[in-house]
Amino acid sequence: MTGEISTRVRLRYSKTGRIRYTSQRDMARAWERALRRAHLPIAYSEGFSPRPLLSFSLALPTGCESSAEYIDLRFREGEEGPTGVRVAEASGSSGADEVARLLSDLVPPGIEIESAAALDGAGGSLQEQVTSCSWSVEVTQMSTAQLTERVDYLLAAATVPIERERKGRRVTDDLRPSILRLEVVGPGEGPGVIRLDADLATKPRGVRPGELLGGISPQVRLVRARRTAQWIDDADGRQEPLTRDGRLPTSVPSLAAERS
Amino acid sequence: MESLFSSIEPLLFAVEKPARYVGGELGSQEPVHTEDTVAWLLAYPDTYEIGLPNQGLQILYEIINENPRAVAERTYAPWTDMESAMRSSGIPLFSVENHYPAAGFDLIAFNLSAELTYTNLINMLDLAGIPLHTADRTDDTIVLAGGHCTYNPEPLADFLDAAVLGDGEEVVTEITEAVRTWRAGGAGDRSELHRLLAQIEGVYVPSLYRPVFDGPVQIGLELLDPVAPRVVEKRTIADLGEWPYPKSQLVPLTEVVHDRLNVEVFRGCTRGCRFCQAGMITRPVRERPAAQVAEMVAAGLARTGYDEVALTSLSTADFSGIEDTVRGIVDDPLNDGRVSVSLPSLRVDAFTVATAAAIGQVRRTGLTFAPEGGTWRMRRVINKLISEEDLFAAVESAFSQGWRRVKLYFLIGLPTETDEDVLGIAELGARCVEIGRRYHQAVTVSASVGGFVPKPQTPFQWHPQDDLDTLTHKVALLRQAARATRGLQIKWHEPAASVAEGIVSRGDRRLGAVLERVWRAGGVFQEWSEHFDLSRFEEALDAEGLDLADYTTRQRAVDEMLPWDHLSAGLHKDFLVGEYADAIAEIGVEDCRWTPCYDCGACTTYGLEHQVAAAQPPAGGSQGTGQGLALRPTTPVALSARPS
Repeated sequence: MTGEISTRVRLRYSKTGRIRYTSQRDMARAWERALRRAHLPIAYSEGFSPRPLLSFSLALPTGCESSAEYIDLRFREGEEGPTGVRVAEASGSSGADEVARLLSDLVPPGIEIESAAALDGAGGSLQEQVTSCSWSVEVTQMSTAQLTERVDYLLAAATVPIERERKGRRVTDDLRPSILRLEVVGPGEGPGVIRLDADLATKPRGVRPGELLGGISPQVRLVRARRTAQWIDDADGRQEPLTRDGRLPTSVPSLAAERS
Repeated sequence: MESLFSSIEPLLFAVEKPARYVGGELGSQEPVHTEDTVAWLLAYPDTYEIGLPNQGLQILYEIINENPRAVAERTYAPWTDMESAMRSSGIPLFSVENHYPAAGFDLIAFNLSAELTYTNLINMLDLAGIPLHTADRTDDTIVLAGGHCTYNPEPLADFLDAAVLGDGEEVVTEITEAVRTWRAGGAGDRSELHRLLAQIEGVYVPSLYRPVFDGPVQIGLELLDPVAPRVVEKRTIADLGEWPYPKSQLVPLTEVVHDRLNVEVFRGCTRGCRFCQAGMITRPVRERPAAQVAEMVAAGLARTGYDEVALTSLSTADFSGIEDTVRGIVDDPLNDGRVSVSLPSLRVDAFTVATAAAIGQVRRTGLTFAPEGGTWRMRRVINKLISEEDLFAAVESAFSQGWRRVKLYFLIGLPTETDEDVLGIAELGARCVEIGRRYHQAVTVSASVGGFVPKPQTPFQWHPQDDLDTLTHKVALLRQAARATRGLQIKWHEPAASVAEGIVSRGDRRLGAVLERVWRAGGVFQEWSEHFDLSRFEEALDAEGLDLADYTTRQRAVDEMLPWDHLSAGLHKDFLVGEYADAIAEIGVEDCRWTPCYDCGACTTYGLEHQVAAAQPPAGGSQGTGQGLALRPTTPVALSARPS
């Protein structure tokens, strides 16, 4: 049926529509089912209850859409699946597009695979590497003027304390260091809806759009949130883990790889 | 009808697990409603996670949607956070496919599997804006119920237009036709609808009957219309092989219980456990041909991508050729050695090392055995005739094949039970732990203990249920005894919940007002311990002038009229009476699938026969006191003890 695929493959995908109400855990299970339906020889963890080796970038909060999600897949070196898909003997070879092609009809509606690339070497964990995310957030219950005033105030503040739940306890965190950029863009979709764009740092902790709004005003209500990019910071600025046209970051040492 | 989705969507950011309300499952249909279609809303009166996997509902979903004259959508009980959001925004109960309002459907058909969900049914009708009482409905949505609990639907009689007894595969099409006929006549007169429905075999229309009471006892049943049959007989499909459903099992976007491929391998059970309503009402045994099972599993796995398949029935180890079937699945090269098989409802006397090895090859999912009674005496009473040797051999098979954790199911509060029988549970558990230690350093045996609730249409339908104090005492006794054994865990069902279940299980029509009061007092999701409160039931009974003890702990005379006497699963009353007497005398009976018929009525009443591929009990078969013990082969492979 097909040719050879790389041992390690990164896919970029979007998540839009009703599927956004699923959790990250639900998504992992959906990918596992799609991989089995594609009869791709995915690698499994060792141990009592082996799980397929797939890893995601930062968890997307339930209810949010995204145009920049990533999943790294690991296949069993040198193996041939029951339908004839062969995995290369070593990493770094081509065949990522074949993986994307086989999976694209098997993932749930609302998930679109946008690009794919073979990864070289051991790589690193996307969750570790991603340093910030861009968000487009649509809100209601406040006017543009009120919102602009609150945003300006927040950006000028030295600290922005917010309450949040951590391990079942209410804790107070400072939101301010996580806000790298925040601006009121203009009207969003629907009456009284206003769009904000934000860049939020992921270290030491990721900030959810809902938590950002809590820092802006208790009055404002979230209508829609979409992650538009995830970023890896390095000496040359910031790069995406995989661009829409299939390019991997160039200067992250462990990620240098040829294109599929 | 217009989709409510745009008004539902703003609520979804603020509720737990919003994926429960959006549909979009693999296998979900997109029904197109027209003037000519009869619209069914299939409803499960519990959360999405519990209701979605329900096989009965999924089977009917496909059958109705295959009928060009009907469409079917689904709905589940919204969790409390969603319900209050819906009520404050004025959003009624809706379907998960098109998000149409429930009241816009011709029928809403509930699956009734558990008594404590009855108040959820009332709540869902209210949330839908459908008049609660049948008597107040005119051209409103028709309210139906099916499922095991409909063998005594009297507590819900005030709320139901009709209840369906038995298998639903054929009867749904007949109901669709009756609704079409009614609509063609202008749908003006609801009593005309009721008459049409009552003429369908297996359909019970409560409004055509009026029970008469004297004190705690129902003493009569008036038939209010000539078309109402004196006895409503259940429906039974003769050949499961003709019904290979569900063909497209739903794969939800979010996690649910039993989240795996489920393939029903047979329906019905003749083991004859006297406490088991399912085993009594679903007779005879109808096996699915093994080749069809294999096809359904292969097609199902290819479609869904699941890595687990459950072969479901009331006692799957009894399926003819079970080991070959399991081996065929785990050895299929397309499954990449990653698909595990789980066998719910394992009988220990049919569980062997070979079965253990076959199902343990991929992943050792939980193993559960159900001895039900703690002593051989107790098991003779309930006719669960598995010997200690059977249990220990099964447990040894499991531990020798690598399992370190085994679950045992028991009932307490069984008829004639003594403290000694209860303590027998701890002793059995301790012996199982001891066996496990021969193979592994640390093992866990967990004994789940439920409070016995006598069910209609069983030999124990006359027997008093243990009261709250007695059940509570037995749980405490058992927990105390189990402390002596490290590795033995006791899990128990809240005794007060068993009491509430008991009120409804054998309740009569007067309980309708009681259930309505419980619901009005806030009693929804009573099957969830965080919401359950027995005092709501007690107060509601008081307010209606009824006595809890009359429904639960009262010994009923075998010649007393029972509120479900006009509803039949084919079982002869003298069979049930005889079984009750044998129980008290501690006498067991054989499984009639492999031994001569003792005429319970399930086959003879309807001209049916068992459909079983193998003429021999699968592996063991100590069914019957001493009977058949010789059939049990010696343990098929050598068991080796853990090197010390």
